[in-house]
Amino acid sequence: MINIAFFIIAALTLGSALAAATNPKLMHAALSFAIAFVGVSTLFFWLGAEFVGLVQIFVYIGAVAVLIVFTILLTRREGEQLRGFNWSGVVVALAVFAGLVWSILKSPSMSILPPEVSPLTVKRIGEVLMSDYVWPLMGVGVLLTVALLGALILAMEDKRE
Amino acid sequence: MTLSILLMVSSALFCIGLLAALSRRHAIFILIGIEMMLAAANINFIAFWRYNAQPQPTGVIVAIFAIAIAAAEAAVGLALIIAIYRHYRTTNVDQLDRLKG
Repeated sequence: MINIAFFIIAALTLGSALAAATNPKLMHAALSFAIAFVGVSTLFFWLGAEFVGLVQIFVYIGAVAVLIVFTILLTRREGEQLRGFNWSGVVVALAVFAGLVWSILKSPSMSILPPEVSPLTVKRIGEVLMSDYVWPLMGVGVLLTVALLGALILAMEDKRE
Repeated sequence: MTLSILLMVSSALFCIGLLAALSRRHAIFILIGIEMMLAAANINFIAFWRYNAQPQPTGVIVAIFAIAIAAAEAAVGLALIIAIYRHYRTTNVDQLDRLKG
């Protein structure tokens, strides 16, 4: 039962990711991207990392997908040829995939089953973030502030011209 | 469900992202491809955390930090695309060859 759920989630995620990568219609591809990230966060839920799945939905569906849709609408021009597709990328991606699958199948330590562990609570994540990882957390806070300011400065109208 | 099946799903997602980043002409979809590759790396972090017998939350914490950094990267990338569009009136990366020698 739980394996059937996994295969449905994986097929949905990979199918919509492939649609996002190849669909020539920009808005359809952006919405497929949102579905692919819903699939990824469902995979996190399936694996038992509920907090990461929730963060993924908040950040990607709530912020990044909306930003991408807005950017597509802001930079759209009629009659522009943007539907080109470079087929040499397919060859490179298939070669990388073949190499990865070969190395996964060659390593015997990968064919293990998940052990029974106690679930990771949000309380425990908060404790770890505030004790062991407090400096990385501060660094991410500074990084997000700087990225926000940088994005504002980059996207601001240049008044001198 | 063994770990190798999960790793194959995440490497398939990584290669789809690589395909989008290499093949698309539109700058926004190159960014989407990079986001997909980061999500595939996050699946690997969570999978290795889940299949570890010792309960250590490191994989989950790294995945949370990776999501935050990916969001910052997406914000700066989309602002860059808007700035480029304002200057050159295009988002086709084949036409953005001003720096070509």
